[in-house]
Amino acid sequence: MAKYTTLCRNAAALSALLSSTLAAAAPPDYGVGRAATAEEIKLWDIDVRPDGAGLPEGKGTVDQGKTVFNTYCVACHGANGQGGIRDRLVGGQGSLATDKPVKTVGSFWPYATTLFDYIHRAMPYTAPGFLSIDDTYAVEAYLLNLNGILPDGATLDRASLLEIKMPNRDGFVPEPEFVHVTNSR
Amino acid sequence: MDPKDRDNTRGAEHKGSVSGGDESGPKQRLLTRRKVLVGLSVLPGVALWGRSMADTLADVPARGPGDLLGKYSERSKYVQISRVPEAGPGVRNVEPINAINSKAPLDKLVGIITPSDLHYERSHAGVPEIDPAKHRLLIHGMVKKPMVLTVYDLMALPSVSQIHFIECTGNGWENWKKADENLTVQNTHGLVSCSEWTGVPLRLLVDMVGVDRRSLWMLAEGGDGAGVDRSIPLTDEILNDALVAYGQNGEPIRPAHGYPIRLIMPGFEGNLNIKWLRRLKFGDRPWMTRWETDRYTQLRPDGKATQFQLRMDTNSVITSPSGMMEIRPGYNRITGLAWSGHGKIAKVEVSTDEGKTWKVAQLNLPVLYKAQTRFQMDWLWDGKPTMIVSRSTDDKGNIQPDRRSFIARVGSNALFHYNAQQTWSIDSNGKVHNALS
Repeated sequence: MAKYTTLCRNAAALSALLSSTLAAAAPPDYGVGRAATAEEIKLWDIDVRPDGAGLPEGKGTVDQGKTVFNTYCVACHGANGQGGIRDRLVGGQGSLATDKPVKTVGSFWPYATTLFDYIHRAMPYTAPGFLSIDDTYAVEAYLLNLNGILPDGATLDRASLLEIKMPNRDGFVPEPEFVHVTNSR
Repeated sequence: MDPKDRDNTRGAEHKGSVSGGDESGPKQRLLTRRKVLVGLSVLPGVALWGRSMADTLADVPARGPGDLLGKYSERSKYVQISRVPEAGPGVRNVEPINAINSKAPLDKLVGIITPSDLHYERSHAGVPEIDPAKHRLLIHGMVKKPMVLTVYDLMALPSVSQIHFIECTGNGWENWKKADENLTVQNTHGLVSCSEWTGVPLRLLVDMVGVDRRSLWMLAEGGDGAGVDRSIPLTDEILNDALVAYGQNGEPIRPAHGYPIRLIMPGFEGNLNIKWLRRLKFGDRPWMTRWETDRYTQLRPDGKATQFQLRMDTNSVITSPSGMMEIRPGYNRITGLAWSGHGKIAKVEVSTDEGKTWKVAQLNLPVLYKAQTRFQMDWLWDGKPTMIVSRSTDDKGNIQPDRRSFIARVGSNALFHYNAQQTWSIDSNGKVHNALS
């Protein structure tokens, strides 16, 4: 029993040492990794935020987007963004409070930036990242048009995308625990 | 079933899976035993040890030299245990091309650790085959020293090993609106598993790159086709608990679970535990990615959706007896799993009378922080139809809700974060079915 107690004390001392090491302002130089260059960071830094951070310059029209959609997207998402084997993208507005909610870009997605980010990072499924910036703007313009958010013939670019207020923009209630994040660092 | 076999049967079993026969001679007895052994392999785990199909010791096959020793050890051919691939709620045993998740066989597992090949899986663009020599982790954003790390760099750093459950936020989604009575516990709760994870504390990496103190959110991004990415709040709890892991249950993480590296976020939504991790970016606000807006948010009855409900709640389920098993009157051991994203399990109670009265179950050691905890309880079934149900309480005092009050609170459209008590009904024949209480 005495031996066990000693072991426990040692373990506690070790964990105290480790945590104080981890909390120290200047961690030891572990001699691993290397500095990332600004140039290579640019290759991977694809995320886009609602405030426009990360959203590149570019533009595309609804009509161009229809061509892009019918080439790369229609096989999974269906003609006009409905009835495909994968996620429905169009319609469903007004259904969220019913027994059969239909969540689509038009009815549910709160930010136009999220749509740009997701199309650009993940679509088309078989070749993610394949669409150019302009094609991404175009196909987003087409999807917003199908959902009644952009008029026929519209052009979408960085400035106009940031002005879009999606129909369900105010439809989200954040969990109170993470509204104001703090830590003791 | 042959009455003689029935006499030798203890514990829960699948009806019709054990075949017997007339036993007029030694040869036929042997045949019977073989048939029975084949039948045994499809039985739930609890039944594997409790029964003897060799009628006398003379029936046990003679000893002899066995198979050759190899590089790997396989499961016994008498053990048939596998995951169930699904395409969505109620769409089961689909071809791999259509599967979006694969559920762990909770009814056949014992203890608290899930074997790595049976750990549940939810992948959003398949399982990438990643060469660790070419994989990189980029850490940048609001940091003093943006860095690129290799897998070997990470493995050279001080490491920890921690046992934690990971649970898909969709676990339990079968029972939101109705209860298909033919579901097993693998169907209802198979999107939770528990492993020992080995890796580098997130806190160490945060200090190493010099994360700006004003950075309160971190974007974690995977190297899969979907580039799954989530915004993670940098609370003390998360900074103290999270790992960038490369080991699972003593070996390199398997490809389906994030090889070569993944984020481990103890107690939080499975999808936050970014697999095939390749980027950590530090910022001052959430990114509102597709996965935290369109997908992993919970629709309420008023049509609004709860967002950033990141913590997995207090939960438990009886794994035996459970759906599609069959029990006999007399002694039955009730056992199951409990877990909570808030901390340790403090107590599990079991009711064998439809929730009227509750008894405290025994917790099997070890009981660990944010890990699956095994519970069990003795039960003498009187042979009358009833319902059995478990409810867990964690060390923060959170109690797993009954289904009625849970649905009254969150509605039935949330799709994610189902943690209501699971009820199993038992009919007069001892057959166990999924039920809503």
